[in-house]
Amino acid sequence: MELLSAAFVYLCAAVIAVPIANRLGLGSVLGYLIAGVVIGPVIGLVGSETTDVQHFAEFGVVMMLFLVGLELKPAMLWKMRQQLIGLGGLQVVGTTAVLAGFGIAFGLAWQSALALGMILALSSTAIVLQTLNEKGWLKTQGGQSSFSVLLTQDIAVIPMLAVLPLLALGGSHGADSHGDGHGGGHGGEALASLPGWVQMLVILAVIAAIIIAGRHLLRPIFRFIAEARLREIFTATALLLVIGIALLMDFVGLSPALGTFLAGVVLSDSDYRHELEADIEPFKGLLLGLFFLTVGAGIDFNLLFGAPLVIVGLALGLMAVKFAVLFGLGMLFKLQGADRWLFALGLAQAGEFAFVLFGIASGSGVFERDLLQTMTLVVAISMLLTPALFIFYEKVVAPRAVASSDREPDAIDSRGRVVVAGMGRYGQIVSRMLMTSGYDVVILDHDPQTIDNLHRIGIRTFYGDATRPDLLHGTGLDDADVFIAAVDDRDKQTLMVEHVAKTYPKVKILARARDRHHVYELENAGAHYAEREVFEGALSLGRQALVELGRHPYRARSKAQEFRHHDLAMLDDLRTNYNDGGVDKSYIDAMRAHSETMFEIMRADRGEDRHERTERGWNPPPKGDATL
Amino acid sequence: MAKVLVLFAHPRPDRSEVNLPLFQTAQSVQGVTAKDLYAEYPDFGIDVDREQALLVAHDVIVFQHPLYWYSTPSILKEWQDLVLEHGFAYGLHGKALRGKTLFNALTTGAKPEAYSADGMNHADLRSLLAPFEKTADLCGMRYLAPFVMFGAGRADEENRLNIHRNAYDDLLKALVADRFDLEKASSAAVLTDVLDDFILKGEAV
Repeated sequence: MELLSAAFVYLCAAVIAVPIANRLGLGSVLGYLIAGVVIGPVIGLVGSETTDVQHFAEFGVVMMLFLVGLELKPAMLWKMRQQLIGLGGLQVVGTTAVLAGFGIAFGLAWQSALALGMILALSSTAIVLQTLNEKGWLKTQGGQSSFSVLLTQDIAVIPMLAVLPLLALGGSHGADSHGDGHGGGHGGEALASLPGWVQMLVILAVIAAIIIAGRHLLRPIFRFIAEARLREIFTATALLLVIGIALLMDFVGLSPALGTFLAGVVLSDSDYRHELEADIEPFKGLLLGLFFLTVGAGIDFNLLFGAPLVIVGLALGLMAVKFAVLFGLGMLFKLQGADRWLFALGLAQAGEFAFVLFGIASGSGVFERDLLQTMTLVVAISMLLTPALFIFYEKVVAPRAVASSDREPDAIDSRGRVVVAGMGRYGQIVSRMLMTSGYDVVILDHDPQTIDNLHRIGIRTFYGDATRPDLLHGTGLDDADVFIAAVDDRDKQTLMVEHVAKTYPKVKILARARDRHHVYELENAGAHYAEREVFEGALSLGRQALVELGRHPYRARSKAQEFRHHDLAMLDDLRTNYNDGGVDKSYIDAMRAHSETMFEIMRADRGEDRHERTERGWNPPPKGDATL
Repeated sequence: MAKVLVLFAHPRPDRSEVNLPLFQTAQSVQGVTAKDLYAEYPDFGIDVDREQALLVAHDVIVFQHPLYWYSTPSILKEWQDLVLEHGFAYGLHGKALRGKTLFNALTTGAKPEAYSADGMNHADLRSLLAPFEKTADLCGMRYLAPFVMFGAGRADEENRLNIHRNAYDDLLKALVADRFDLEKASSAAVLTDVLDDFILKGEAV
């Protein structure tokens, strides 16, 4: 009962807080953290058990790294080696040095200061990766650099685990009573009695075993299990794999996160990659959420309110130092504009590994208990502030960085015959086709990252909300011949078309429509031509499906043409109905009649298919009548 | 007054030196309906009903095209296959085109000498166009000799283009005005060069 009621409270908090946070544009991580604060310190529903739950929830981080590994092919990892060692290595070493320096300056023993520096140099893989993924920034240069640094940090945890006990004040190696979960503080114990080189050998053997088994053993096993067609057993196998590797790594004293990451990389080439992803994903999401909940719930408000300025000041100072080091590295590694900011702002917090390492460090007697509690709070607050930094980046830095780099909305200097608004999947295809055909195309989009990415491959794109009249004017619509409206948001798209049609009567407006009703809306707004965005693509796929079903390819083509013809005829016919009374009875009746006709036409195949326009020429004349 | 329908087929009008100017001539003649088939059906989705209605509404049908492999560019063949339907153009109840007139206004790359018993093709142009003549026969239409420009590739340089355009203009106008000797034109070898012989002066026939 205890377990159930606790689960109820946690889930309840998540279900209420996360959607709200998301709707407000704060991201799910902040939602979880706030929910944690509410159920923990604020109303005190949970409390004592958060540490236990946290150890369990840290497994979410392990799963996350497994999934990250799945996305990474070994070749790609090899390509990143320079970033991993250079950028990541410098970040860890540099931040450690600076923070340790501060520690000593504040009167800490050098051992404690060094330990603290190392621990705080690590950033929150969970928050940053989750956010980068959610916002779609992972593929940007800033995102990629952040990713390499996080990866290096995860690897750096291993030597830290080894070094921390050696830094113990007074040289007393206390028993690892706190370490757990993540870093496997007590893991190494199993090997502790063995000489150093044997330990090393065992560790290497385990890693080799993971790689070899992943390559040669797992595939047949997965195939065998997949053939059993028991979905839950496949899921169980996937979980078993991740948990097993985590345990194994724990046993030899390595980071389970690193181990599962490695397993993920090994399996990234496998046919079962997507199934594994799909199976692990929900567990990862929930556990990570739980982890953030516990971070929020574990915040010690007494301590915080006891010395709020000191604690918040320390958190801000920590973030400022990390930001400064990261920003400098960003410059050194030639990260441009918005990317450098994303990189430096995103990684400025301390991470969940800190909680794990603090445990080991205090167990080994590296820290005083007071310092430990204060720093735990500082870490939690820095994590709590991270989503705010991402919001700052998204709302302030990114638009400005893009706008300032010669792409001021009003300074559009190229005049094209074509203006494309919206450079998503749809707009990109249209624009590419027109550009490669030799037309100057002015592109407008309001997503800074899209613009940056396009800029990188040499496509000029202008930043601006295409629905803003002044920006539209800046694109030179006065002189343009064609305006292509391909904005994602349905209503914005309609409003924009209406505005362009009124203001620039000479421009031909071609608009992408969501569905049939949107076609009518856009036409009424003044579009000269509106096409349902998926219509042609779907026809083409349907045509291929007919081929796969055994139809002759040419016959499938005529069927598709026939379908298109009648569907467009229906679009024409229903226009009046729709404009008169929306989707009323007459509309539905007309639609039903059309559907019946369509059914007859498409089903007719031999002899009786006089309806089919393009087919009837190919019908043989009645026997004996061909030539009279 | 006769109604003339010109069905123009050229897949690359932007590179056409002769056919496009001729088509423009056709478009400018009163009483002529001139259709660019490749423009109207770029995907070859020919609207059979619409095309049949056009045929019914006109008296003279002209296939205007460059000669491709002793025939038309593909869309005009597609047009024939689909529009000249059994029950409409031929067959027991296919009488819609009876009494109408059909001919080819075409251009060839080769010189006139190529289209003779001794020439490269070992046959004159009209006998090479037999499939069109037979088609017209089957549909109960009168087939006229082709209105042809030989050696079209050099027409412009040799200053023959404008002469030919004027002749086309004369031909179409005479057809519209019913001042063309269809009887005589159906038994000729070609209409070109001897056009005046077929154009009737004075009263319309």
